[in-house]
Amino acid sequence: MGGYYGSKNKTMEQHVLLRDVDVPNIREIDVYLAHDGYAAWKKALSSMKPEEVIAVVKDSGLRGRGGAGFPTGVKWSFIPKDVFPRYVVVNGDESEAGTFKDHQIIDGNPHQLIEGILLTCYAVQANVAYVYLRGEFYEPARTLQKAIDEAYARGFIGKNVLGSGFNVDIYIHLGAGAYICGEETALLSSLEGQLGQPRLRPPFPAVQGLYAKPTVINNVETLANVPPIVLHGAQWYRQFGTEKSPGTKIFCVSGRVKRPGNYELPLGKYTIRELIEMAGGTIDDRPVKGVLPAGSSAPILPASALDTKLDYESLQAAGSILGSASFVILDDTVNIVWAARKMVRFFKHESCGKCTPCREGTYWGLRLYDKILSGYGTREDIDMIAEVASQMSGKCFCLLGEFATSPMLSTIKHFRDEYEAFVAAHQGGRRNGYDDELIREGVIDEAGNLIIGYVGQKTAHHL
Amino acid sequence: MLREKRADEIKAILAKYPPDRKRSAVMPLLYLAQEEYGYCSPEAMREVAEILNLDPTEVKSIVGFYTMFFEHPVGKYVIDVCDDLPCALRGADKFVTHCERKLGVRAGQTTPDGKFTLRTVMCIAACDRAPVIQVNRVYHYDMTEASFDQLVDALAREDGAEHVNPREE
Repeated sequence: MGGYYGSKNKTMEQHVLLRDVDVPNIREIDVYLAHDGYAAWKKALSSMKPEEVIAVVKDSGLRGRGGAGFPTGVKWSFIPKDVFPRYVVVNGDESEAGTFKDHQIIDGNPHQLIEGILLTCYAVQANVAYVYLRGEFYEPARTLQKAIDEAYARGFIGKNVLGSGFNVDIYIHLGAGAYICGEETALLSSLEGQLGQPRLRPPFPAVQGLYAKPTVINNVETLANVPPIVLHGAQWYRQFGTEKSPGTKIFCVSGRVKRPGNYELPLGKYTIRELIEMAGGTIDDRPVKGVLPAGSSAPILPASALDTKLDYESLQAAGSILGSASFVILDDTVNIVWAARKMVRFFKHESCGKCTPCREGTYWGLRLYDKILSGYGTREDIDMIAEVASQMSGKCFCLLGEFATSPMLSTIKHFRDEYEAFVAAHQGGRRNGYDDELIREGVIDEAGNLIIGYVGQKTAHHL
Repeated sequence: MLREKRADEIKAILAKYPPDRKRSAVMPLLYLAQEEYGYCSPEAMREVAEILNLDPTEVKSIVGFYTMFFEHPVGKYVIDVCDDLPCALRGADKFVTHCERKLGVRAGQTTPDGKFTLRTVMCIAACDRAPVIQVNRVYHYDMTEASFDQLVDALAREDGAEHVNPREE
């Protein structure tokens, strides 16, 4: 049985976001209220103008935690004057492989998210917020709905909130299984009842977002930062993190470590190596082969980059991205071709089909990996993978296609010798230990022969 | 008819969106229809289309786009097993093979008695608790082959009711 979600890794004296680690049952409104709950909301409504809320968030330097890292306060200030209604949309689609931080915030500390949503609504003068959660968050959605109901009952949401004259409603909207809906314009399309496919920008959502109205879209974790910033001020917030990457960030650690889980840390303070140590080190203390700092979307970093600091700038300088900070750790037992195929399979499955380079590139990329992993690959196929990825790069409608090239190009760049060794060792469809999954996915038949013209994973995923 | 049987819920769903933006309700209504009919049957899609003043083909395109709407009948319990990279680094592929053997079907298939549908799914945001599955959207973490067998046996005996709403007080 699942129950509430969340690892209890104590990494700070007092957590800013994962306060459920410090305070038992903070998901309940009375417990939350006893620990500064809704104090920022009361403060804003009673003593701050909307512009002042935007200003403090701008000064804090908070950057979007969904992946892009765009300054949140700046995003809010793009809302055009005098156009109403406006909307706040919360991105809780959390679908990047290896990411499970919003899951813990929603389940463990939902009122802090709600308070952040309310403050955002007030800052941009929106009266309605939609929380878009991935469909698989059926249980977290119930936790959040319960918390929203409690907040309505206490007068923190609804009409004339706390006598301020401000009206605000929060609604949950469940997705139904599509990674692309984490892309903000695709999310808006999905929320409007269309296919979840991205839209051309400009116009940006701040100008024409939900229902073609000015819209602020922020990630769950981003908004959970807002109440402490408003309550304690920008300077307080800047005690954590670096000049360009202020604040704390939740690092999701998964893969070949002893204690996978969420670790909230000040940005820029620790290195990847220290993060892995916090997670108990690798299983059986094997050497690290590589690290994916932002799930499948980030270029892999080899072990030589383990001393990179954990902030936006340092990871970029090292040749990858911080993104959503979902660190998937690979040790030396992991076959890099197999791992890359898993990621390419992910993108092939999640490509929305709107643009040709992504739809076809992920399909042919996966076919090449299928061929190699089932033992029929050649050295030319390795080059062809790089060629397919290069043909996609810079040509896709949205970032999904760009992300899809990362596992292909970065693993070949750093581990080409492993690709070549695998191809050489598995000539002629030699049984290779991946039979079960390859048969399951319709790549090879029971005898180990490559199935020509197969339809990918259609049978396993679509019903 | 959905409209009569779930009238209050439909009303509550429609109230979340601006009156001229009813189309936003298509996904919540499809979940409702799926609950009622077991899958998004042609009839269910037609009813949702009628409620929202849409063409049934538009509703069908939505159903086809998302993985959590079923175009064909599924088992009473839909078991989704994540075999994406983070879970696979912790044994998910072997675990799926076990699930297939236990249920006697391949991923993507339904048992002949109509009880279980087994699927593999992409990352479901619980990678630190791998292998992880969802049964009718309810999470089960830290799965082992033994705990899977136990769960399936309990559901087969129909005494697994608690897992439907495990968080109810």
